Amino acid sequence: MAGPKDSLGFVIRFNYNETVMNAPTETSSLVRQHLIDPEICIRCNTCEEMCPIDAITHDGRNYVIKFEICNWCNDCMGPCPTGAIDNSRTVASGQPYSLEDQYSWDSLPAPTNPEIAATELPEDVTRITEIAQSGQGGPSSPPWSAAHPYVNLFAPNKPVTATLTGNFRITGEDASADIRHIVLDFGHTTFPVLEGQSIGIIPPGTDANGKPHTMRLYSVASPRNGERPGYNNLSLTVKRVTEDHEGKATKGICSNYLCDLEKGAQVQVCGPYGSTFLMPNHPGSSIMMICTGTGSAPMRAMTERRRRRMALKEGGELFLFFGARAANELPYFGPLMKLPKELIDINFAFSRVPNQPKQYVQDKIRERHEDVVRMLKDENCYIYICGLKGMERGVDEAFRDICRMHGEDWEKLLPVLRSQSRYHVETY
Amino acid sequence: MSIDYSQKIPNNVHLDENKTLQRALEHWQPAYIDWWNEMGPEKSQTTDVYLRTAVSVDPKGWAHFEHVKMPDYRWGIFLTPQEENKKISFGAHKGEDVWQEVPGEYRSTLRRIIVTQGDTEPASVEQQRHLGLTCPSLYDMRNLFQVNVEEGRHLWAMVYLLHAHFGRDGREEGEALLERRSGDADNPRILTAFNEKTPDWLSFFMFTFITDRDGKYQLAALAESGFDPLARTCKFMLTEEAHHLFVGESGIARIIQRTCDVMNQHKTDDPAKLRGLGVIDLPTIQKYLNFHFSVTSDLYGSEISSNAATFYTNGLKGRFEETKIGDDHKLDNGEYPVMEVVGDQVVTKHVQALSALNERLRDDWVTDVQLAIDRWNKIPEKAGIPMKFTLPHKGFHRKIGFFAGAHVSPDGKVLSEAEWTHKHLNWLPSDEDRLYVHSLMGRVTEPGKFANWIAAPSRGINNQPVDFDYVRFN
Repeated sequence: MAGPKDSLGFVIRFNYNETVMNAPTETSSLVRQHLIDPEICIRCNTCEEMCPIDAITHDGRNYVIKFEICNWCNDCMGPCPTGAIDNSRTVASGQPYSLEDQYSWDSLPAPTNPEIAATELPEDVTRITEIAQSGQGGPSSPPWSAAHPYVNLFAPNKPVTATLTGNFRITGEDASADIRHIVLDFGHTTFPVLEGQSIGIIPPGTDANGKPHTMRLYSVASPRNGERPGYNNLSLTVKRVTEDHEGKATKGICSNYLCDLEKGAQVQVCGPYGSTFLMPNHPGSSIMMICTGTGSAPMRAMTERRRRRMALKEGGELFLFFGARAANELPYFGPLMKLPKELIDINFAFSRVPNQPKQYVQDKIRERHEDVVRMLKDENCYIYICGLKGMERGVDEAFRDICRMHGEDWEKLLPVLRSQSRYHVETY
Repeated sequence: MSIDYSQKIPNNVHLDENKTLQRALEHWQPAYIDWWNEMGPEKSQTTDVYLRTAVSVDPKGWAHFEHVKMPDYRWGIFLTPQEENKKISFGAHKGEDVWQEVPGEYRSTLRRIIVTQGDTEPASVEQQRHLGLTCPSLYDMRNLFQVNVEEGRHLWAMVYLLHAHFGRDGREEGEALLERRSGDADNPRILTAFNEKTPDWLSFFMFTFITDRDGKYQLAALAESGFDPLARTCKFMLTEEAHHLFVGESGIARIIQRTCDVMNQHKTDDPAKLRGLGVIDLPTIQKYLNFHFSVTSDLYGSEISSNAATFYTNGLKGRFEETKIGDDHKLDNGEYPVMEVVGDQVVTKHVQALSALNERLRDDWVTDVQLAIDRWNKIPEKAGIPMKFTLPHKGFHRKIGFFAGAHVSPDGKVLSEAEWTHKHLNWLPSDEDRLYVHSLMGRVTEPGKFANWIAAPSRGINNQPVDFDYVRFN
C-alpha cells in the first residue's frame, strides 16, 4: 500500500499549528488529509450528496475523499450519521493516500507519530504557541532541512521525572536579573529534543483555588545530543521572575521554584513541544538570530549545535543580534565571548550602559545593513527572533528601512521568507 | 392557538407567509402532539434526550444537538432547495419542466403514494414505543428516540405535502394518518409489515437496518419524481434516513462483536452455552436476518407491476439514482430478469423492463443490504470465527409476488409443504428463540454501561464520550 512514509527513515517535518488551524497551507510539508473511516461508514451517500464541490465519491466498497479537491469546508460533518466522516491523517503533502488506497481499506491506517501528537497537544501549549508565533504572521513550517521533532511524548497528566544536575547563575552577581542555566537529566527515559523546541515544567503544589499549578513552557538551551554531548540531559535558561509585565512586584511560581532548586531535585517535565522553530540542517545554511534576555536559549542551542560540528566544515554563517541592559545582565556573555570568530558574528546591543547612548537590537541590525540585506535575500539563510514582544516592531521597522535603503521591498520580501519557511518568531 | 412558526416549526417553506398552510397546521399540530403523547415512546415524554434537530437545510443547520423533551422537539418542514430550470428526467414527460403543483390527472395517484409513504412513519413509532423500557444503554435509548422523532418529522413532511397541495382531501388524509394504529384490528396501518410489533432490540436493529433501508430506496425513487415538492421533500428525508440505517447496522455489528468476544473468551461456539453466558448466538442473529429480509422484501410488491410502470411513465416515481443510469429513461424497449417458480424449479425470465420496476428497486436494495452484511462478516473474520452471515434467496418466506404460495429454502430450492413445515424453524426464529432474546431485554440506564449482550460503540454521538448522559431522567 502506497502512503505517507512515517518518521523512520524519512525526514518528515510536522507543523502542529497547521493542524490546529485545520487547513493545509501550500508551504507546509505535512498536511491533514480528510478521510472516511470505512469501519464505521454505512455508505449512506449523505456526505457525497452534501459536498458542494464533489470531493467525495465511492465504489461498491468504500466512500472516499479526493485529497486535491477537499477544502475542509466541513459541510459533510454534521449530516454524517456515523461520525465516520470526521477523520484525518497527517501526511507528507506530496504523498496523500490515493483513491485506490482508500478504496482498498477495511479500516483506517494507523496514525503516524505526528498524528498522535497533534491530537493530544495540551491546550495551554497550543494557546501559548499561537501567541508567541503571531509575530511571524500565522503558522509556519519548519525549514525544509529541519530534523523531525518528537512532540508531546509526555502529557501534563503523565509527566516524566527529571533530575536537576546543575543550576548556575549566568548573569553577573551585581546584575538586576537573576538568570540561571539549569540542567535536567532524564536518566533512562527517552526525551529527545531539537534546538528551538520547548518543554513544560509542572511546579509542585496548588494555586489559590486548590488546583494543581499549570505547566510553564521553557525553551531548550542545549543542542539535540545533550547539554553534555552523549548524555541524556538538556539545559534551560530561566529568569527568576520578580515583577510582572507592568513592573509590579510578583513572584513567578515556576521560575522561583526552578531557580531555588538544588542539585538532585526531582522535576516533573512534559513535552517536548514545538515543531516549526527549528534550525536548518543542510550544509551551507546560514542562521540569523535576533534575541533579548532568555530569548537567547534557542540561539544558544543552535549555536552550540553548529560549534560541535565545526570540524565538518559544512559552511554557512551564524549572525547574532543580542540585546540586554548591559554586559553583566546578558546571559551567557562569558561563553559567547569565547566562541571562535569564524563560527559566529556577534552583535551586542546594550541599553543601560552609563554614559553611552542606549542601543537596541534594531540599532545593531541597521548598523549591519549590508550583511543583513544580503542574508535576507539569501535563500539559504533562516531568521529567528526570540525574546520580549516589544522587540518585534523595532526589528520589523529596521528590516523595512534596510530593504528600502537597498532598493528592496520588505512587504514583498516577508511573504517570500514565510513561504520558504525562513522567518520564525517566538516572542512573549 | 397561535404558533411562532419560525421558532416552533423550523421550515424553509415560508410558513409564516402562508395563511392557508398555517390554518391547516394549527388544526393538525395539536392532534399530532396528542398522537405523540398517546402512541409515542412510552413513559419517556418528560425525559431530556440529546437529540439532533435540523434547523435549516444547509449543512451547518443540519445537526443542532441539545437535550430536549421529545414532545418539545422542533419538528420542522424542510425541502432541499429548489433547482432552477429542473427538468423531469424520465418517463413520458422527460425533458419537460418539473411540476411545482400537482397535475390534475395524477392527483389521486400522487396522493396515494404520499399517504402510503407517510403512513409508515407514525407506524414505526408505534411499533417501537415500548423499546425505551428495555434499552441496553443510554446511548441506544437516545438513538431509538432520535429515530422516533425523525419518523415523526417525516410524517410532518408528508402532511405538509398533503396540506399544501391537496386541499381538503389532503387535510383529511393528514388526520387519518394520526388515526390509524399499528396492529389495530379495525383501523390498521396500510402496509402489513408495519402492523407487526417490534418486540425486542434485536428486532429493532434489524428493522432499522433492513426495513428502514426499504424506506431509503422508496424515498430515493420518489426523490426523482416530476412533482418537485415531493422530490425535494424526499431528498431531505433521505439524509435523516441514513441515521436510522446507522443505528441498525452498528447495533447488529455490536451484538455480533459481543458474541464473538464471548465465544473467544470461553472458546465455544455452542449456542446453548452462549445463551447460558447471556449473549445472542450467531445462528439466532442469522434467523432474525432471514425473517426481516423476507418480510421487508414483500414491501416492494409484485415483481411485475402495472402500477409501478404507470408511476414511472407518468413521471411520478423514478428508479434509484435515475439520472445516473445510462439508458433512454423511458424503458420503451429494455428487458429485466425476474424470477418465478415453475413446478419445483426457480427459473429466471426476461420481461419488459418497464413492468419490472418493483423488482429492480428490490434488487438495488438487496445489493445494498449485501454490502452491509459483508461489513458485518468482517467481525467474526477478525475474531477468527468461521461464520458468515448470508442473505436468503429472494424467494424465501415470501407472501407477495411470484413466490407467494411457494416454499423456497434460503439456498433457493423449492420445497414441499411437508419439507417446509419440517425445516422452517431452522431458518426463522422459533418461539423459543424469541423468548430467549426477549429474556435478555433488561434496562440499562447508567451512563457508559451496556447490557451484557451488546458491545459498546466505538464512538459516541456528536463526538461526545460513550459514557455521556445521552438521556436525563426527570
